Amino acid sequence: MEKKDIEVDIKVPNQTRYLSLIGRIGEDIAKELDKYTGDRETLAYHINLVLTEAMVNAIKYANSKDPEKLVHIVINISDDALVIKVFDKGQGFDINTIPSPDFNRLEDRGRGIFLIKSLMDSVCYKKIRNGNVLEMSKKLN
Amino acid sequence: MSMDLKTEMKNDIKIIYVKEERLDAHNSGELKSEMQRLFEGGTKNILVDLKDVRFIDSSGLGALVSGFKNAISHQGNLKLSSLQPQVKSMFELTRLHRVFEIFASASEAQDNF
Repeated sequence: MEKKDIEVDIKVPNQTRYLSLIGRIGEDIAKELDKYTGDRETLAYHINLVLTEAMVNAIKYANSKDPEKLVHIVINISDDALVIKVFDKGQGFDINTIPSPDFNRLEDRGRGIFLIKSLMDSVCYKKIRNGNVLEMSKKLN
Repeated sequence: MSMDLKTEMKNDIKIIYVKEERLDAHNSGELKSEMQRLFEGGTKNILVDLKDVRFIDSSGLGALVSGFKNAISHQGNLKLSSLQPQVKSMFELTRLHRVFEIFASASEAQDNF
């Protein structure tokens, strides 16, 4: 059988002005998944959002807003799953200790990881050589 | 960084039209500062119209929450109008649709201050 995995490997400067570029790439990829039977417009928005949130996380917390650093993103698409990895070279954090937002309190911050966890099927953040990786995957069938 | 915001005064309501496709971590700080500046300057009623906004992230939501808290602390009002469906679903996911008064259009919102 013909193998049709796609891998997109992107490195962009550690600056928020590139969020829309990365989000747009995510949306375009989602719209190309011809075997996906769900609502593709919604999937496109969700991929745009998780890429945006993960990149902001890397820019602000891992790469310490250093504009000289790079954010490295790898998107892998196979027939049954979409996997996004966002690499950083920061100190890292324990994703399991980040609380869900308290919906009865009005906080300006603290919804990013919650949104990622809500929209993806599995999310993990782990240490690798030279840094950390946030890995998010979504089943496509 | 400069965000495209059009403002208009209608009766005693300051309407801010966000003329951007995205309200995200790159530009939402500007909207947050503008709302803060207005409330601190004595504006009581602000309507933020999101008709052109196709995408909002957690920072965009956070900027609006910040504006809402500013409104409360200055005895003012902050309401929202013209949310696109995907944007509205983000308010629902984060339960913020229970916090904000959201109207279908800017004109409908103006009648409800």
